[in-house]
Amino acid sequence: MNRFEVVRTGASSTESEPVTQKNVSHRGAAANPSAKAMQDKFGAAIKRIEVIWGETVAYVDPASVEQMIRWLHDDPSQRYDFLSDVTAVEYRDSEVPIEVVWHLRSLPYRRFLRIKAQLPKGKPLEIASVYDIYKSADWLERECYDMFGIRFTGHPDLRRLLMWESYKEGYPLRKDFPLRGRFSRSEQLRQALAQNPEARYSMEELTIADAFAELPTDMRERLSKGERTGE
Amino acid sequence: MARRTVEVELSTSGLDAQGRPQRVPLVTNDGGTAVAIDPPPSVEPDLEGEHMLINIGPQHPATHGVLRLVLELDGETVVRCIPHIGYLHCGFEKIGEYRQYNQIVCWTDREDYLNSIGNNVAFALGAERLFGIEITERCKVLRVIASELSRIMSHLVWLGTFCIDIGAFTPFLWAFQRREEIYRLLEKWVGARLTTSATRVGGMAADIPSGWMDGLRQFIRTFPHTLDEIDRVLTRNAIWVGRTVGLGVMTPDEAINWGLSGPMLRASGVDYDVRKDFPYLDYETYDFEVPVGTNGDVYDRYLVRFEELRQSLRILQQAADRLPEGPVNIDDPRVILPPKSKATSEMESMIHHFKNVMEGPRPPIGESYVAVESPKGEKGYYMVSDGTSKPVRWRIRPPSFVNLAAIPKMVEGHLLSDVIAINASIDIVMGEIDR
Repeated sequence: MNRFEVVRTGASSTESEPVTQKNVSHRGAAANPSAKAMQDKFGAAIKRIEVIWGETVAYVDPASVEQMIRWLHDDPSQRYDFLSDVTAVEYRDSEVPIEVVWHLRSLPYRRFLRIKAQLPKGKPLEIASVYDIYKSADWLERECYDMFGIRFTGHPDLRRLLMWESYKEGYPLRKDFPLRGRFSRSEQLRQALAQNPEARYSMEELTIADAFAELPTDMRERLSKGERTGE
Repeated sequence: MARRTVEVELSTSGLDAQGRPQRVPLVTNDGGTAVAIDPPPSVEPDLEGEHMLINIGPQHPATHGVLRLVLELDGETVVRCIPHIGYLHCGFEKIGEYRQYNQIVCWTDREDYLNSIGNNVAFALGAERLFGIEITERCKVLRVIASELSRIMSHLVWLGTFCIDIGAFTPFLWAFQRREEIYRLLEKWVGARLTTSATRVGGMAADIPSGWMDGLRQFIRTFPHTLDEIDRVLTRNAIWVGRTVGLGVMTPDEAINWGLSGPMLRASGVDYDVRKDFPYLDYETYDFEVPVGTNGDVYDRYLVRFEELRQSLRILQQAADRLPEGPVNIDDPRVILPPKSKATSEMESMIHHFKNVMEGPRPPIGESYVAVESPKGEKGYYMVSDGTSKPVRWRIRPPSFVNLAAIPKMVEGHLLSDVIAINASIDIVMGEIDR
């Protein structure tokens, strides 16, 4: 019945045992060997290595993070080829810097590594993009920019992703952003109603097809003004 | 890394030995033998340079939710695709920072709503690593049953809607009939069908009722029949194959680099399954296999998901056989609510009950990222705790979000009608993508 032949993954593909976490201690479990290799390679740019619940965290210098991730990706002894996630953490204590977090996986070696770079508050939140290394960073970095306002320099198309492009209330996942939003409900409603749904092609999209120039004059006028619909 | 080839036996014409669609002869010559005809050369004037902008969604049945695709077309060929998301953005991650851990479970139902109980399990695993809790053996097996039932449900919805997108209606009805049976099982277990909220930190909201396993065993017994039926209708169907083979191809390197996971990645020939490579819930002790495709096209994604349904049944069978007796919840009054009878009669239990409900359990300072193999791919929950009863940060790593980000790469160069097939093959749930 089973025409579709299946293959087993697991022990056959690598020599190591499956990485199952059992009875790991809160801190001080064995660190991922890549952490040691990173310290040997980059020295002082690795600020500290922590192991929390069996997961290795490398705190690194924000200036050289792109270089490190590129090395982790390219080096044959590391091969972190899978970028699971890019996100950020802001703590409730306003003194603590914002952390940008990368979750990397090495599929050949079955390793998991968390890289953290701390961005002090009060300075522009900027960090190098890893889009050149991992295409999956595209939307993940855009979302992080949208939610935290962290600018990923070198990202080819850093726009808001989940919020709309004209969103003016700031960055929703920042701790100084109130849960209900900055604007009052009536102001949010007013802005929503003032949007013209037909004008939601971005100018970028309109220029691609030169569609804008071909529209009838009255429609062109309406679109250029951002027509207000009923309120 | 092991590879395999798709061996498709022909029951209908339309496929050659390599599984590629054949040109079906439609015209017979005078002797009655079929001859293939080539389409006449185009008499249309060359329209090169005339591009059209077309908008699909956000309210379109084929976009599976509120996805909006802006396509630039050259004739019928997609030159460029710009996806727009965020129409369902509700700020789950922000709300999570204002909720206790057990309250967040209810939000996990509502992101990937086709896999709600699977998300509950994933979240509980993440929170338990943060708390440093080892759950009981019975709880582990129950959670495996929940995850695999949920995988079957999600794949059935995917299968049904994929069929409808491509134009086959009947398998949709068969799939949804069987999904209804799972919903009935879940309703008996946790009292809800869609928004299950079944897990708690350290255990489950409820143990299975007596006689529930009989229903599960009956489902395991009868479900392969439905699978065989759908298999017979679709897998070697010339129209089905013709509409899916060779579309949206991702090579293994591209698939890894774009961060695809789950069946999307495995269809491209990369054997990465979180259950095998980073096992949780003792998955390494279950005997099951991981289907891996070769071509990375829409047809292989269909085959991979279809085989996963059979493998999930194998896991369910083993879990049903090994379900041990014993408590479901761990014995720790700091995280688990005492039984109601004790809470109203014993002083200590009442204090624990009050503390647990009003303040919530407190994990130590730390962070955890736990990924599980959800039906869509690697679903991760990243939680950071500062020692209070509410997380500092609760992050969902949504698999279909990352998978959907590759859609421009997959559809460009294909026809407009293929965009629908490719989009359906990603198995997106907008609740999870927008959160």
